[in-house]
Order: sequence, then structure tokens, then C-alpha cells
Amino acid sequence: MKIPDFNAGCPLPIRQHPHVLMAHGGGGMLTHQLMENVFGPAFSNPILDTRHDSAQFAVPPGRLAMTTDSYVVRPLFFPGGDIGSMAVHGTVNDLAMSGARPLYLSCAFIIEEGLPMETLWRAVCSMSGAAKRCGVQIITGDTKVVDNGNGDGLLITTTGIGVIEHALHIAPQNVRPGDAVIVSGDLGRHGMAIMAVREGLQFESTIESDSAPVAGPVLALLEAGVEIRCLRDLTRGGLAGALNEIAEAAGVKIAAEQKAIPVREDVHAACEMLGLDPLHVANEGRFVAFVAAKDSERVVQILRGFEVCEAATVIGEVAEKAAPLVTLKSPIGASRILDMPSGEQLPRIC
Amino acid sequence: MKFLDEYRDGELAHQLAGEIHRTTTKPWSIMEVCGGQTHAIVKFGIDELLPKQITLIHGPGCPVCVTPLEMIDKALEIAARPGVIFTSFGDMLRVPGSTRDLLTVKATGGDVRMVYSPLDAVKLAEQNPGKEVVFFGVGFETTAPATAMAVYQAAQKGLKNFSMLISHVLVPPAIDALMSSPDCRVQAFLAAGHVCAVMGTGEYPPLAAKYRVPIVVTGFEPLDILQGILMCVQQLESGRAGVENQYARAVCKRGNQPAQELMRKVFRIVPRKWRGVGEIPASGLGLADAYAAFDAEKKFGLAAHRVEEPADCLSGLVLQGQIKPHECPAFGNRCTPEHPLGATMVSSEGACAAYHRYRRQSARS
Repeated sequence: MKIPDFNAGCPLPIRQHPHVLMAHGGGGMLTHQLMENVFGPAFSNPILDTRHDSAQFAVPPGRLAMTTDSYVVRPLFFPGGDIGSMAVHGTVNDLAMSGARPLYLSCAFIIEEGLPMETLWRAVCSMSGAAKRCGVQIITGDTKVVDNGNGDGLLITTTGIGVIEHALHIAPQNVRPGDAVIVSGDLGRHGMAIMAVREGLQFESTIESDSAPVAGPVLALLEAGVEIRCLRDLTRGGLAGALNEIAEAAGVKIAAEQKAIPVREDVHAACEMLGLDPLHVANEGRFVAFVAAKDSERVVQILRGFEVCEAATVIGEVAEKAAPLVTLKSPIGASRILDMPSGEQLPRIC
Repeated sequence: MKFLDEYRDGELAHQLAGEIHRTTTKPWSIMEVCGGQTHAIVKFGIDELLPKQITLIHGPGCPVCVTPLEMIDKALEIAARPGVIFTSFGDMLRVPGSTRDLLTVKATGGDVRMVYSPLDAVKLAEQNPGKEVVFFGVGFETTAPATAMAVYQAAQKGLKNFSMLISHVLVPPAIDALMSSPDCRVQAFLAAGHVCAVMGTGEYPPLAAKYRVPIVVTGFEPLDILQGILMCVQQLESGRAGVENQYARAVCKRGNQPAQELMRKVFRIVPRKWRGVGEIPASGLGLADAYAAFDAEKKFGLAAHRVEEPADCLSGLVLQGQIKPHECPAFGNRCTPEHPLGATMVSSEGACAAYHRYRRQSARS
């Protein structure tokens, strides 16, 4: 299958329908055209191409992992990514957090009436490219169109299925004292990239989102026989949210060190300016790994072999079985609580 | 990050802390006035490096925290009106009024928008001539010049659909009020560096002389604060009570003259109620008569009404440094950042929120 060029023109007769109409979701001729000319060619694979009401596929041996996520982002296209690729990466990454090999995705589009057809095409092409890079097939889907003003341009929901080919129990309950805590890369880029574009903030350099798939690095760790205890992607709530959730579920105290946590200079500067904590900011291509301490150096080395994880590093350890708590050692050596972010991230007055 | 990491150097911090230990022979209570300093002290654990004899008292310098409940209720009332675009700095959106907050007004159909500068609100007024654009002007002398500039520009442009709900407050009258209270335990002040970057240091020598308290104008990074504390302790130990400037890289004696001139033009000094503290004479800024047309309270005909604070919120005592946040019975149970009883739990600069976020564990024990 030929992957359509991201910048290629939309194959629908644009002069006829430059914008998505209610009828594109009505189940008639226009819906058919949308399937035949946009989704069909972009996502083509033998399972999807049967055009049946449900996708049929053989179940591989092993346990299966399944996850679902809805993607809502404004603007739809932002530095470093877009809603299409994010809808693939995010769900693939959720599967990877079980150590699953991602196989199939379903996708549901809710499109606001009036969305330029060209915009839809660009998002779909980006999804198709991302799926190919992740080695997953989009095998079923759905389209609905809502009245102008009742959607946010384009909303995408993807559900993923993956196969678990290892015998480990990767879950927060498996975390134990002494485990090393490793982040897979620098933090805070996605949230700050979106905030900068949305609020019209200009910094010296453009901050790009870190949106990327991380299934490859995780599978490499499993193949190397690393004793992974728990994995968690660092989306909304950032590192602080993830560490607190895991401490809570495992009933442990986690001790991290501020100096060890990688944050890029531009992200650090933007956060300082707005009074935000980069450890509370969302990422779209980062995860935290809890591994047996003996494996920590090997994990960092393996992860750094992947471009998306080149800044992977140990940031702390699981201290003890105790009332759930995450502490952070400040640059001047004092220790404080690293709390779950409270509510929406709001810039400070001064 | 340049101009930041230098001031967070662990080794230098320990050297300064060592110097404070060597200098301190008696117990001293020092108040950091500004909420930004409180936040840094708790976030970096600066107080953990200090000798036991030094007590830091967290002052009333968080603009979100001291904005009175009546004013927040007025903001909510205006923001809920049809045809209004209500604009505010981000952290005012979550501050609870008597019944709800601005985010709830937004969720139920009000047009509430977060802006990064009052000038963005002026732009919104130009772009939306059919709407009334209102900006919620809160803050100390630090943010007042930007509010003044917005009113000034709106007047220059002849905008009729722009107004301000103003609740600006001034630091020196608050220090005066605190020190004149018989319960006051403060023996020295870290004055707010950014307030002085605008106003200069000229307002402080009379206060230092009147109450015989050292006042050190101090910055916001760990090394700034440690050095400010050291300078206070040196004065206290040697019996001096003068005004010194630790934050010389940002503050000069006369301050930002054009900003002061603009403030004098646009504002007049008014009595102002501080949440949790009460009314302090000549402690606020209101619009001067020449700019009265931009006063949202007048424009929307809001009646003056009194609102009582929740009885079990002790934020007033916290703001006056009489208790530490975790000594309030409501702290961490009936009052949390998700369900704040008082504003000191809302803003990240509020003393209660800072304690809850960074050290509720040690506070419990």
C-alpha cells in the first residue's frame, strides 16, 4: 500500500465538497465517498478492505491487552505533531505500558460540520503514517458529523489491541522497595508546546511536542530480559501525577531527585516564566519505568539506543513500604513532597 | 537556565546557611512579605537549612489570597452577565467566592478568559466592539503598572467597552498595620523584591525607624532568600534596624520612575479591605477621577455588600503570621486545594497551599 504524502491534495473532489457536511455522516452517498476516497485508501489493509460491519482477525497466542483513549487537542496541528499521529501514538503507548506488542486499532471520528476537507485529509494521512511506523493496522472505524459549533473541529477515539508475549506481571502492585525509577526522556515538552501555540506565547525557540511511539523501546527491554515491575506513560498529570498514582497503588514511598530529572532549557524557561512545574506538565512520548535495581544501568543503556529515549536516566528509587508519598530532593539538598497536580494548570500572577 | 541556576547552587546555599548558623546567637522571627518568597522557601526547603532559633513567618504578600471575598463575588456577578467578556490572570479563576468560582461561571456559559497581560484585555475590547470587556486587576505594586498602562491605553484609544474591576493593594501600609498590632511577633522583614523593582526602596526607611525593624529587600531564588535572611540576622544581632538591598540586580533606590508616574496618573490611593486581615487605611489603589469611566463597579452598578468569611477558616491569622498553616484545625481535612475554605489554600503562592503541596507530611508529624 502506498502511504499518501502528508502534503498531498485531498482526493475527494474538493471543488464539490471543500468542507465536511452533515451528509458526510448521514450514511448515504457522501459517507460512502468519504470511506472510499479518504479513510479506505489511507488506512488500507486486508482486514479493513473487507468493509464489513466488524473486523475479523485471528487471536495470537498469549494474553491480550486492550485500551481506549479519546483525543481532543486545540490546535489540531501543533509544533511536533497533530491530532492524527497523537491518536495513534497515545493508544499504542498505553498498550506498551503493559509490555504488549501493539497489533490493531479501531478509530472513531467525530467531525464538526464545516471542517475543511483538506484538514481532515491531513489528519488522516498523519494517522496512517504513524500507524505504519508503529506497526499497527487500523482495522475498523466510524464517522459521525455534528452541527457546526457543537464539536471542536475534529475529535478522534482510538481503541487498541496488543498481544502480551512475556510472563511478567507489569503493574503498580508489583513495585517494591529498592526498585530504580527511570524516566525515558526529557519532560514537559508537549504541554508547553500546546500552551505556547494556544496562548500565542512567543519564546526564543519553538518548543516542539514530544509526541512519539514508545512501544519499540519497551519491547527491546522485554527482549533483553529486564525485570520490569511497572511502566506508566507520562501524559496528563505529568511525572508528578504518575509517581503519585503508583505510590498510592503500591503503598510505597518514592524518593526522586530534582537535579536528575531531565527538562530541556527552553521548557524550563517557559515553565519558570509562567509559574508552572514541568513535572506537572503533560508529555506524549515519555514513560516512567520501575525496574529491579540490578537492571537499572542496562535499562538506561538500552533505552538510550532509541532516539525517542536518548535522555533516559535514573531519577530516584522506591524507598520503602509506607504510607503513599513521593518526595523530591531540591537542588539545595532539602526534601519536599512532590504532589499530584491540583486541577487545571494555571499560570501565576507574578 | 542562565540567571536562574546560578541562584540555586547547592554548595553556595550551604555556605550561606553555615554563615547564618555562625551569626545567629538568639531566637529571631523574620517575615517574608511576598507569596513568591513563601513558595520558594517551602519548595526548595530553605527553612530546613536554617538554625532552629530562626522562625520564618509567612506574610500577606499573595495578591490572590488577600483579594476580599466581596470583590470576588463582584467579579462572579459581572462575569455571569450576558454580553460580557470577563478577563483575569490564571490563578484568580479558581479562587472561591461565597458560592462558586470563575471557572464555574465559565462552565455554566459565562465568557471568562485567562489573559497574560491586561493589555491583552484591551486588545479583546478592540476586537469585540459589541461586547463589554472587563479585566480583574489584582496584585501589588508589581502588577499595578500593567493595569495602569491598560487603562491609559484604553483611554487613548477612546474605548467605551472596556473597564476594570480593581483590587490592587500596597505593601508598605500592610507592614505598618502588621507592626502596629500588639500581637505582632515579627522582628525583621524580607521585603518583596519585585514590588521594590517598581517602587524603589524609599518607602521603607520610615517604617524601619518607626518600629526599629531591619528591612532587607530580597529576591526570590534560594540564594537570594538565604542572603536576605543572613543580612537580617546580621542587623538583628548587632542591634541595627536599617533598610538594605539584597536584590540589587533588579532593584535600584528610586525604582521604575515611568511606571510610578503612570500609576500616579491613573490611580488614587484608597482604603482597602484585605481578605483575612480587614480594612487597612490607604492600602489600595482605585481609579483616579479622570479615569472613573473605566471603573467596572460603577459601570455595572454593583451594590456594596458585606460577606462573611467561613468561620472555621483561620487564614487571617496565617496571613498575620500568628499561626503556621498546619496549625489550623481545618488544614488538610476540611480545607484542601481542591476544596479551599480560604484563598490562602487556592493560589500556589498562598502559605496554606504551599504547605499542603510540599510538606503536609512533616506538618502532620
